[in-house]
Amino acid sequence: MPLLKPDGFVADDWILVGMDDPLPARGDVAVPWGRIARDWETLVKHDGRLGVVFPNSEKIAALGLYLPRLALIVLNFPIFNDGRSFSIARQLRLAGYAGEIRATGHLIPDLLQFMLQVGFDAFDVSERFSLDLWLKSMKRMSLTYQHGLEDRNPTFGAAAVWKARQQPSTISQDQKDAG
Amino acid sequence: MYRYDEFDHRFVTDRVNQFRDQAQRRLAGQLTEDEFRPLRLMNGLYLQLHAYMLRIAIPYGTLNSRQMNRLADIAEKWDRGYGHLTTRQNIQFNWIKLEDTADILGSLAEVEMHAIQTSGNCVRNVTTDHWAGAAADELADPRPVAELLRQWSSLHPEFSYLPRKFKIAVTGAPNDRAAVKVHDIGLRMHLNDKNERCWEVIAGGGQGRTPIVGITVRDFLPEAELLAYLEAIMRVYNLYGRRDNKFKARIKILVHELGAEEFKRQVEAEYAKKGYTEVEVDQRELQRITSYFAPPKFANLSKWSPEFEQARLNDPGFARWVKVNVAPHRVQGYSIVNISLKPEGGIPGDITAEQMRVVAELALRFSFDELRVSHHQNLVLPHVERSSLYEIWKVLKSHGLATANLGFLGDIIACPGLDYCALATARSIPIAQGISRRFADIDKQEEIGPLKINISGCINACGHHHVGHIGILGLDKRGEEFYQITLGGSSSESASIGQIIGPGFAAEQVPEAIEKIINRYLELRHDRDETFLAAYRRLGAQPFKEALYASA
Amino acid sequence: MSEVEKGQILTANRLSDGDVVFLTSSGEWSLSVDDAVLASEPTAAKALEVRGKEAEAANVVTGAYLFDAERRDGRVRAVHIRERIRTLGPSVRLDLGKQADGSGGAFPAVHE
Repeated sequence: MPLLKPDGFVADDWILVGMDDPLPARGDVAVPWGRIARDWETLVKHDGRLGVVFPNSEKIAALGLYLPRLALIVLNFPIFNDGRSFSIARQLRLAGYAGEIRATGHLIPDLLQFMLQVGFDAFDVSERFSLDLWLKSMKRMSLTYQHGLEDRNPTFGAAAVWKARQQPSTISQDQKDAG
Repeated sequence: MYRYDEFDHRFVTDRVNQFRDQAQRRLAGQLTEDEFRPLRLMNGLYLQLHAYMLRIAIPYGTLNSRQMNRLADIAEKWDRGYGHLTTRQNIQFNWIKLEDTADILGSLAEVEMHAIQTSGNCVRNVTTDHWAGAAADELADPRPVAELLRQWSSLHPEFSYLPRKFKIAVTGAPNDRAAVKVHDIGLRMHLNDKNERCWEVIAGGGQGRTPIVGITVRDFLPEAELLAYLEAIMRVYNLYGRRDNKFKARIKILVHELGAEEFKRQVEAEYAKKGYTEVEVDQRELQRITSYFAPPKFANLSKWSPEFEQARLNDPGFARWVKVNVAPHRVQGYSIVNISLKPEGGIPGDITAEQMRVVAELALRFSFDELRVSHHQNLVLPHVERSSLYEIWKVLKSHGLATANLGFLGDIIACPGLDYCALATARSIPIAQGISRRFADIDKQEEIGPLKINISGCINACGHHHVGHIGILGLDKRGEEFYQITLGGSSSESASIGQIIGPGFAAEQVPEAIEKIINRYLELRHDRDETFLAAYRRLGAQPFKEALYASA
Repeated sequence: MSEVEKGQILTANRLSDGDVVFLTSSGEWSLSVDDAVLASEPTAAKALEVRGKEAEAANVVTGAYLFDAERRDGRVRAVHIRERIRTLGPSVRLDLGKQADGSGGAFPAVHE
């Protein structure tokens, strides 16, 4: 599946392996959550960056000791409207995590902006939807009411309403109309 | 009331375009129904028994004449000339086509309305006291906070795919007309000992299959912390609320399964993490919003209006309507007018396009262009000079809107039920009509006194029967419609869930059963001042069970 | 003495406008339940379900399901009140729905 990032489609540097697959000799590798604890001693010696496929039923506190060493966290959407991963991504960013947070699973373009806002920055997208639609969906809504969320990508394109309102030039006459 | 600035306008316009695109993709088969369903629900579009139904948001129940007129236009152009007001202050149209919906949303956007998040597993319409800004007992108008919450919760990226729907209610008065104790989150305004506004946060209340009164998680939360604290609650719910069983997915189940103490502990632990200062309530923004809710320019009126007093003396029908439907206002010389949408034998909460226009005109002329939708499927003109009441009453009367039954037995609350709703197990409207006709005598209703009858057509309880003084729940017994009666519910600040009184009744037996209950109450009450609810709480269920079930 | 056929009918909502429709023997969807094909045994009913799924996949209808019904003298009556209301319209607004535009189901006074 193509890997989508805010700037567009990119090649995927990462290799995802299963619980018992041999690790590649070198390169970036992501393992299932269960393997992190089990094989940590081996993993930290790996020549390449480390990532984890983290289940949406786990608490991120469990990642605690491993987090600084993880350059990628993959969060799965078993079904697109299971919204737990939105909170997991948000918590990771609030905790200061600066690595890549990738969404995988049943993704539809209509969720893209929400994902970008809470801190996802990579998406395993289905070719069921046109690549053009995926790109357009990143900018569908030009505004967002919430602030305090990640909107660090210029292509996200949604200004925070509350911030925009505070710009003196944008205070409009309508506001004088008290109810 | 709140008016959109350029950003709010752009937001709803973007949203309309987004939905138009989604609907087109659905019709072209580029989205499956399973994928499209949550998207259309988050724009208020349901698939019901006969057609699509569109639920339009009326934020905290407030609208103006222009908006009401537009709803009338929509009823005529795209529906069958009427709408239905709901128990959460919204309006529903029952005969909508998917292919028209984007155009309807576009028409709504022109008048600063939308159908955003009136359904779906997200935060729904934030509801409040329908007498906000007018009631004599209010600490302060809760609607600025309701508007703040509306914006904060609109297309919230983290909380749009919750385990289940999420309903928030806000009140600014000690007499709670917003039922905050039976909401997922209820907010009650208080003044702390420094006279600063703060909020009691109640969580985990709800009705439906497992009705329960919410728990207080914070007694005096400073206003500046509202959004951050709510996010902590919602994050705990989003992560740990059940997703395995649709009927156990509300936050009330989580609160119940964890227990109040553990739930509070988890919320506080989440809240204690850093990052919440980013979500602090921006005081400038709250002030900006509050300025829209500045009181209207009330005139300096005397307590005494000769026209009003004269009319009251001369016209007993008017006098009665004033006594029952007109409530005291906090400003001298003004009144709160309650418009009953419960005519004798009528469909509770239904309003025709013509009636919408009549009410809009009255609001424009007599109520500073403001209307409210109550939780009881009625309408309110919040700020009316007493000297105008007679003229208003005459207009209402000529359009079937002057039934003097507010808060009485005839003011029945009923969901659409099996006549419209794909989820229903039984019809509710004919039950309401049957009771309404049996007790048509308005003198009798007045003698009985305050009495709330709530009827739900299924256990989802959209008629809020659990908090009816008399609740009626429609069920299916071997293919026949069958009705269970509960007694003693209340949605007020002393909230209680009604108790099932005994075996249920067939449809045609329900009015008689109600009559037996009423007669028992009239026999046993101390005096006219002891309301049905008070008498029930004093006497318990036994005398009423005997009245219903003891063999003759 | 007229014969009563008993069986199941497949209903759905038309995707574009939400109108309630019923599957006919020719595989078309009719607004009127009297036109519907009645599957009198389980294999026939399953075949209707398959056709329903195909129509859903083709984005013609949504929410297809079977319900029990009887046909007498060419008129169809749903067994359960829910579907009777579905074939007629709201019992409290006889001026609305199929009962008003002539495409309603059979048996006056079904709204008991």
